[in-house]
Order: sequence, then structure tokens, then C-alpha cells
Amino acid sequence: MNLNLTLIGQAIAFAVFVWFCMKYVWPPVMQALQERQKKIADGLDAASRATRDLEVAQEEANETLRESKEQAAEILDQAHKRSSQMIEEAREQARQEGERMITSAKSEIEQEVNRAKEELRAQVSRLAIAGAERILESSIDEKKHSELVDKLAKEL
Amino acid sequence: MAGNNQTPTEYIQHHLQNLTFGNHPENGWSMAHSAQEASDMGFWAIHLDTLGWSIGLGVLFLWLFRKAGKAATTGVPSGLQNFVELMVEFVDNSVKDTFHGKSQLIAPLSLTIFCWVFLMNLMDLVPVDILPMLAQKIGVMFGADPAHVYFKVVPTTDINATLGMSLSVFGLIIFYTIREKGITGFIGELTLHPFNSPNKLVQALFVPVNFLLETVTLLAKPVSLGLRLFGNMYAGELIFILVAMIGLWQLPLHFTWAVFHILVITLQAFIFMMLTIVYLSMAVEKH
Repeated sequence: MNLNLTLIGQAIAFAVFVWFCMKYVWPPVMQALQERQKKIADGLDAASRATRDLEVAQEEANETLRESKEQAAEILDQAHKRSSQMIEEAREQARQEGERMITSAKSEIEQEVNRAKEELRAQVSRLAIAGAERILESSIDEKKHSELVDKLAKEL
Repeated sequence: MAGNNQTPTEYIQHHLQNLTFGNHPENGWSMAHSAQEASDMGFWAIHLDTLGWSIGLGVLFLWLFRKAGKAATTGVPSGLQNFVELMVEFVDNSVKDTFHGKSQLIAPLSLTIFCWVFLMNLMDLVPVDILPMLAQKIGVMFGADPAHVYFKVVPTTDINATLGMSLSVFGLIIFYTIREKGITGFIGELTLHPFNSPNKLVQALFVPVNFLLETVTLLAKPVSLGLRLFGNMYAGELIFILVAMIGLWQLPLHFTWAVFHILVITLQAFIFMMLTIVYLSMAVEKH
């Protein structure tokens, strides 16, 4: 247990080791640690950013979904309205067509009736004249009398 | 037991004697063949075992950490790198908690102290007879008398090793004090505390008292730092040697003491590191 040169030797070894540690061991390890710290911080940052982005995207998706649902409902509504309108229109058209056909038939009938009346009138006047000729057996002023008969026929 | 037909006292003394090479007054530069020769060599002697083991362990520590440092990646760390980073962070946190000045030196210094002292203390857990017996065998091969091959494995049970480190720390304390406060600040710290007075005459009376007190305080730091480590490890080693003498029953006792000693070696390494940091931060901080 003598104090001797070992003390100096140990001190020198100690100094050399500390110098080596300071020069070649500490910096690379510290640098790696700091870089990893930065990397982890960046990663966490990115993760939180991604979470935020995801939330925004989900909100957007929900919004779009709601809009499209509304649109679909609107379209359906319109289609319903349109179909009932078309049915209504068709019905109206059919009714009008029917009415038109009825009126035209009526007028045709009237025309027929009138024409028949005319014909009948003409025939009646001719018959009357022929009858009168036979009765009188003489010629009468045809012009004078036909006017008369026409007047008669018109009164018919 | 190492050696043949030793008395217990001889056995213990043999175990506590370093392998010494030095300048003997009669034999010149030679290996010491006995404790008496070793102490006759006085200051000009070297403990080959202490220096060999401490330098070897220091190189092992630096090699391991350098290897991990070179291969350090920023990705997921693997086994060795993980361990090294753990140690570095632990030491770095301890330094940051205690030392508030700016210094590139303190943290690597603390890491070196902690790991190196820990490794040197760890040699205490190697069964006390294995390495000395091996050394004896090798010594006999080189033609030495087996009784004269001394071998002390744990460097921190050699007071030269612990005082060598604590005196280096002492040098750093003085260096940092002077660097931070100047030579006048250093002298002022030694002479103007703890007693001071506005009265110049009274102050002049206080100066020698202060100087005495502060010098003792200053010198107590390295001495207590070195002796604490030395005392703990020496006592632990002595108990291992005593336990080794009691025959077969030594095994459970050895195991118990070794388990307890794991705590001691770690704690002593940690205390040495922490006190170094504390002393240096006291040197840097203003009162």
C-alpha cells in the first residue's frame, strides 16, 4: 500500500481515456441521439398532421354524401312531379280530343241534317209543282209560280 | 488457496500485495520479491497489475463505446447501441441536473469515470483466487518463485489508482475555478470565506483563519473522493478473501456477499461520478 509511480501512471491513463472519450466516443453517440430525437419529433408531427388531414377528409366526405343524398331526393321528387304532370296532361289532351271529336261529329250531323232538309225542300217544291201542273193541266208561268212555290218551300 | 502451506495471514498478505516493479536501493530496477522489497522501493515503483488491469479495462470500455458510436444509426438501435445510448443519456442527464456551466469536458469525463470505475470494481466479482493462480502459473513458466508472484486484480483496491483519479479531478477543480473566476477569484475564495467583515482590519485578521479552513475543505475533496472508493473496494475485497479461506462453506457466503457487492460497486462508481460533477459545478458556480 505504498504511494508510488502507479499514481502518476493512473492519472495519465485517466487523462488519455477522458480525452479519447471526449473526442471519439461522446460526439457520435450524442449526434445519433439528437438526430433520432429530431426524427421522432418529425414523425410525431407528421402523424398529428395526418390525423388532422384525415378528419378534414372525413368531414368532406360526409358533406359530399349529404349533398348527394339531398340531390337524389330532389331528383326523385322532380321525377314524381313530372310523371303526375304528364299523366295529367295526357288526360287533359284525351278529354280535349274527345270533346273535339264530339263537336265535329255534331256539326257533321247538323250539316247532314241541313243538306237533307235542303234536298227535301227541293224535292217537295218540285213535287208540288209537278202536282199543280197535273192538277191544272195547263201551263202556267213557270217562273212566277216557282217563285211562289220556293217561298212556300222555305216556309216549310 | 494460492501457494502451498500458507498460514492464513500469509495468504491474506499475499493477496493484498501488488505485483511491483521498481527501483530497489540494492537490486536496482527489478520485480519486488516481497512486501518488504516493494516498500523499500519507495516512490519509484509501479504496480504492474493495477496499471495493467485498469488500462485494459479502460481500453475495453472505450473500444466498446467507440464501436457503438461509429455504428450509431438514427434508426431503431440494436443491442450494444441501445446499451451505450442508455449509459450516455443517463450520464448526460446526471450532468445536466447538477452542472449548470458550459463545458464540453464534464459529460465525457463523467461517462469515463462511471464506466471505468464500474468495470474496475467489477473485477471484484471474479473469484479471488482464479486470476492470481493463473498469474502464478504464468510466472512459474517464466522461472519465478510462485510465492513471489503477487497479483491484485481489482485496480480500485489500490490506493494509487483511486488517488490518481481523484487528484486528476482535483486538478480539474482548480483549473475550472481559475478559468471561471480568475486567479484573484480563486485566492479570494480561499481567503474571504466563510468569515468576512466590512472592517478592513478585522478582515485582515480573518484571512489566515479563512485560508486554513478553505484549504482543508479544498484538500478534503480529492482525498475523500479517492479514499472513499479505495476503502469500500478494499474492505469488500478483504471480505472476499476471508470468505475464500473457510473451505466448502464459502460458496453460499460468496454468493451472498457478491450479490450485495454488485450494489456496492455500482453505487461507488456512481458516487465517484456524481461527486466529481458536484465538485466541478461548485468550482464553476459563483457564490
